[in-house]
Amino acid sequence: MSEQTNYALEIENLFVEYHVDKEVVHALNGISLKLKKGETVGLVGETGAGKTTTGLSILRLIPSPPGVVRGKILVKGEDISTLSEKQMETIRGNVVSMIFQDPMTSLNPTKTVNDQIAEVIRLHEKIGKKEAAVKAGDMLEMVGIPRDRGGEYPHQFSGGMKQRVVIAMALACSPEILIADEPTTALDVTIQAQVLDMIRELKKKYDMSMIMITHDLGIVAEICDTVAIVYAGSIVEYGTLEDIFNRTAHPYTVGLFGSLPNMDDRTQRLKPIQGLMPDPTNLPEGCPFSPRCPQATEECRTRKPALRNIGGEHVVACHLFKEG
Amino acid sequence: MAEALLEVKNVKKYFKTPKGMLHAVDDVTFTINRGETLGVVGESGCGKSTTGRVVLRLLEPTAGQILMEGQDIAKLSEGQMRVKRKEMQMIFQDPLASLDPRKTVGQIIEEPLKIHNIISSSRDRQKRVLELMETVGLAQRYYSTYPHELDGGRRQRIGIARALSMNPKFIVCDEPVSALDVSIQAQILNLLEDLQQEMGLTYMFITHDLSVVHHFSNNIAVMYLGKIIELASSDELFAHPTHPYTQALLSAIPVPKLENRRERIILKGEITSPINLPKACRFASRCLYATKQCFGEEPDLKEIAPGHQVACFLKDKPEG
Repeated sequence: MSEQTNYALEIENLFVEYHVDKEVVHALNGISLKLKKGETVGLVGETGAGKTTTGLSILRLIPSPPGVVRGKILVKGEDISTLSEKQMETIRGNVVSMIFQDPMTSLNPTKTVNDQIAEVIRLHEKIGKKEAAVKAGDMLEMVGIPRDRGGEYPHQFSGGMKQRVVIAMALACSPEILIADEPTTALDVTIQAQVLDMIRELKKKYDMSMIMITHDLGIVAEICDTVAIVYAGSIVEYGTLEDIFNRTAHPYTVGLFGSLPNMDDRTQRLKPIQGLMPDPTNLPEGCPFSPRCPQATEECRTRKPALRNIGGEHVVACHLFKEG
Repeated sequence: MAEALLEVKNVKKYFKTPKGMLHAVDDVTFTINRGETLGVVGESGCGKSTTGRVVLRLLEPTAGQILMEGQDIAKLSEGQMRVKRKEMQMIFQDPLASLDPRKTVGQIIEEPLKIHNIISSSRDRQKRVLELMETVGLAQRYYSTYPHELDGGRRQRIGIARALSMNPKFIVCDEPVSALDVSIQAQILNLLEDLQQEMGLTYMFITHDLSVVHHFSNNIAVMYLGKIIELASSDELFAHPTHPYTQALLSAIPVPKLENRRERIILKGEITSPINLPKACRFASRCLYATKQCFGEEPDLKEIAPGHQVACFLKDKPEG
């Protein structure tokens, strides 16, 4: 029985490890995140930070073995670890849906796009083939593709169109939570603008909650309400857009902003973060960012900082900040 | 005084396809001054990478002149071109795909020195390779490792070291940082800037990332379907984007700031096929301001301010 909750999604202390070749890849190291109904949270970080793993965990799609998942994920108040595989199937697509980065690999090249969308609909709703085909056509129109192109195959579509098809498919069963994993990274900027615009409108229309996984702080500024900055499988900073952009706290977040070209002064030199992301099989003791942090102290190298509140919803995992 | 290193004049590159002639690069003209950077931006399929390859004659131009220090390299024989290419190098987008997986870092950087017989003693070659590795910030301990053991940033440093091994004057950088994470991207961009300063390099910087190109380039050429549709200094282009496509492109950049957000211009449709183009402005079908003239004639690049060229018929459209 799901109790009443204000949260569409609650993740509590989530750990994901992959046991491969006697090594343990620590993909997620205790992530906690709450997503309010109707809210969009941005999950920001670089390659290997654990953004996609977080998304897959919510759908319970982490392959096991080699994956080992610990922690709690509540979808609309319900702990998904207690659900049977059958029950989980009704959650996927109906309640939580995911858009993947590369539209080409998430579409079946041997089926027409209309059939693919209809297939999703029929898996989740007890309706006839004809009805499903009509509904699939509706979905195509909703994402701005003329209905009569539904009989074509994915290779006949451009990248932007394919991503629209993938979005149509993800939304076909009106999910309440949408996980968008770098949905526009493979697209050109003008097409990205079209797709982001569309996602924003659909989100409003269907009153969805959304997790936007991205590495692009520009997209975050445009689409998110709150932001979680992920580094080496941990959330190092979380807050509202204003907290993250105007009251940037964690040295890693500061480094991310410093790495971006300044649009107002093109001659300003970039301030990259030194070094590389740590090896997830061999994470540093203490703060995972300490080897790259210009302000790291002895304490940082020995003790992993917990998230502490520095005002409102703004939390940061850094020894430089004291509870405010 | 700025002096031209590379002048590209009316260069075309057409490909024969079953459906007709594909105009990948259609009559482009530009100049890059010594020690400067020309950014070439545009979306997938606009011909920016093809332009880069034609300039190095990795693809043969269909027509046009490519003057490197006044000499038309389009006319050179293959043998002459091989010698010339020492001065003209390339850095590729995907460092893993452009590095031989069976060779060590040392061997990869050494290879051009061997092929062009620049240093004959193997001991001197090793010394030079280690020097190059230091220049690009690769620790000596990577000399015997293989590219797959390294991260994207380090791989790109190998590609840069390999290009530098020939002491080039000119480097075409084709999306050199697109495959990298932002923090690593910034490291590589700073490295390329430092190298330009120290060695007086001239770059043609091809990218789809407008904030990077703005930061990195002296001048920017915006391409659309094989044509340069606007060419100006970086500051001028961002301050006064004039072609409707440039305006839409710049407005579409997601800006990582909460204040002073720009109004978005959302374009309809996508880039059309470069095969069998009609005699019209190539952007007309997506343009918000297109008139009858735009569908009947093709606009030429015209100077509208010193150093600022635009290919558009419209004169009194709103400022971007």
